[in-house]
Amino acid sequence: MAAKVTIRIQQADFDIGREIALLTQGRTDIGAIVTFSGICRGSEGGEAIAALTLEHYPDMAEAEIARHAEAAMSRWPLTGLTVIHRVGRITAGENIVLVLAASAHRQAAFQAAEFLMDYLKANAPFWKREEKPTGANWVNAHSDDDVAAARWTKS
Amino acid sequence: MKVKYFAWVRERVGKAEETVEPPPSVRTVDDLITWLAGQGEAYAHAFETPRVIRAAIDHAHVKPDTAIAGAREIAFFPPMTGG
Repeated sequence: MAAKVTIRIQQADFDIGREIALLTQGRTDIGAIVTFSGICRGSEGGEAIAALTLEHYPDMAEAEIARHAEAAMSRWPLTGLTVIHRVGRITAGENIVLVLAASAHRQAAFQAAEFLMDYLKANAPFWKREEKPTGANWVNAHSDDDVAAARWTKS
Repeated sequence: MKVKYFAWVRERVGKAEETVEPPPSVRTVDDLITWLAGQGEAYAHAFETPRVIRAAIDHAHVKPDTAIAGAREIAFFPPMTGG
């Protein structure tokens, strides 16, 4: 059965259980699903964060996620992949991003989920703005994210 | 060509997109950044540290030495912080 790939960029929250059900519906070839969900933290470096506002570059974000999904599909024997990234204002404790990687066995699912998140953080055109008691500011990129993404190009 | 700006680059420039007609001497992404930086105070502020600016041509990441000939849409933005 062909692998099922779902990519969505949306303002609304997502339901992880529902997304897993959609991925596995009618299939018996999936033996493992790794779920990564990124959540808005309520503090950073000791400062409270009330919310994040996520800006994105719509056409490019979809293209970039699709390119990475294709790369993951060609690299691991996946049976399904779901990537959902929220945009707009997201308050502390709410979901930001979801990656589901499904495969017959766990190793491919674990690796593909990690690969996708590392690539998304470093390459997908989304930008976070934090709301703190002292005002709002754009989040600085972590050089660790580039290092995390680069390690997948070594083999 | 159409130019788009995102996040703090957009805020500093003061607009999300515009159409620009740089002179023929502007050949690469880096040249375009230098040229844009000369278009007034807001642009100078947005592009004051060129090495932190990321660029994409027609929705794909490009390096500063990439030629801009034939580009329909060029975007400038800070390093990405999604996920």
